[in-house]
Amino acid sequence: MEAFYQFFNDNIFLIYLLIFTIILGFEVISKVPTVLHTPLMSGSNAISGIVIIGAILLIRQAASDDYFSLSLGLIAIIFGMINVMGGFVVTDRMLEMFKKKKKKK
Amino acid sequence: MVYNFIINLGYLLGAIAFVWGLRLLSSPDTAKKGNTLAGIGMTLAILSALFTKEISGPNNYGWIVGGGIIGAIAGYFAAKKVKMTDMPQMVSVFNGLGGACAVLLAVVELFLIYNKGHAASNSILVILLSTILIGGITFTGSMLAYAKLQGLIKGNQFLLPKHNMINNIMLIALVALGVYLFTLGAGASQNLAIIFLIGSLIFGASFVIPIGGADMPVVISLLNSFSGISAAVAGLIYHNNIMLVGGILVGASGTILTVLMCNAMNRSLLNVLIGGFGGGASTAGKGGGSGDEVVKEVSINDAAIQLFYSDSVMIIPGYGLAVAQAQKVCKEVDDLLSANGVQVTYGIHPVAGRMPGHMNVLLAEADVPYDKLLDLDAANAALPSTDVVVIVGANDVVNPAAIDDPSSPIYGMPVLEVWKAKNTIVLKRSMSPGYAGIQNPLFFKNNNHMLFGDAKDTLTKLATELKEM
Repeated sequence: MEAFYQFFNDNIFLIYLLIFTIILGFEVISKVPTVLHTPLMSGSNAISGIVIIGAILLIRQAASDDYFSLSLGLIAIIFGMINVMGGFVVTDRMLEMFKKKKKKK
Repeated sequence: MVYNFIINLGYLLGAIAFVWGLRLLSSPDTAKKGNTLAGIGMTLAILSALFTKEISGPNNYGWIVGGGIIGAIAGYFAAKKVKMTDMPQMVSVFNGLGGACAVLLAVVELFLIYNKGHAASNSILVILLSTILIGGITFTGSMLAYAKLQGLIKGNQFLLPKHNMINNIMLIALVALGVYLFTLGAGASQNLAIIFLIGSLIFGASFVIPIGGADMPVVISLLNSFSGISAAVAGLIYHNNIMLVGGILVGASGTILTVLMCNAMNRSLLNVLIGGFGGGASTAGKGGGSGDEVVKEVSINDAAIQLFYSDSVMIIPGYGLAVAQAQKVCKEVDDLLSANGVQVTYGIHPVAGRMPGHMNVLLAEADVPYDKLLDLDAANAALPSTDVVVIVGANDVVNPAAIDDPSSPIYGMPVLEVWKAKNTIVLKRSMSPGYAGIQNPLFFKNNNHMLFGDAKDTLTKLATELKEM
């Protein structure tokens, strides 16, 4: 239990951030209309590609001859980038279709 | 000092752009801006990560840029070429790749702890093991969801007897193994960690196997949420706030969608995950009249006349519309009717299709203005005064058994009450029950007519008839 208290005290700022982000997330997204559920999902999906930051930091720290870390890191970058790029582009494509009708009316 | 300030400012602005972008995404008018803003946020975050001096190392920029270019090109073309009907598959794949990315990070860091003597604090071990579990489930779960949506795996293929019990035991065993690995600390056997990794991957696939087609929107939302959580947990590895913020936002949005989808089916998440809608339903729900009652058919010509001379028509699209790629010809029929003064609307059930909002995207692709799309409540309010309802490839979402048959597996699920309209026409390939395997008593009602055939084919013929009138 002592270890838990220690962890809590050491990371209190992180815990604040975590809780406020959860609340903020629910507040911001809870009002999305049904029409936009799919773009919301693919758009937020692209944001979850933020995990690519970890891959960048990983490769930057890896020793130049540590081919295990480098090759797995490379795959992670490729996957993360597909997630990011694909997610934003496909969302844009969808939203373009929603916008088009607006003008025609 | 200024350098670090700029880097941190980049991260901060990136995080704000995510929050604000998501906010703008919640209204059709500003959604496109929101997406662009979130993209800018991502760019800022990536730049900051590339140039931060908080970490030291040989940088290996060549590897990063190389991988980034490959991924960007692959992602770009995949996103540009995908058909709107295949959107659920695409989102599944992207979810899975995000999860896989998180797993790879945790695997490398854990390997460095076991083999290269990197420091192993208690918290980092918890974080790494959780990332492997959550990310692994996201990865293989999404890939299996993709395979199911793409039709590579049929319904209950690979379903073992007592599958849900096996899943539960597997999950408990995995968590126990994770705790055990944690207590061993840096001295744990690497083979045990590999078993943990493989177990997580197998569990991910296994937990999606029993979940049937109609429950896909729930699964995809849930995996979306998981992909966010795995990104957030991976962010803890590097003490990176924007990974935490971005991941949590996605986790929250996925959770909200999951809850909305469950509510739309009047089922709890637990029930969807272990209920086996598709599997267990075969015994129940035969009350609708299996065989002895007759359905009335209508010819294309009669249907066209009926539509042409009505005042109001509501079209109810379902997954069948997506399968038949019939959204554009559907809009053509809509145009022909509207030109004749018929008021055409669309009734959209929240779980129609295979992902949240699936039908809205398809109809948007076909240029249907979104103010013609009625959600569940608005559609139900309008139905009693609607002359003809055309049901295109939807089944369970218009099943009256959900209201009046307590023995039906979908009893209690809010549905579109189409039988209250004056007439209904069901476009359907055959009499076979929908994905949920439930017979639909609507087909036997007095004011209902069936129009058998492929949805696209039938709608094309309807359009031809209407043009000649």
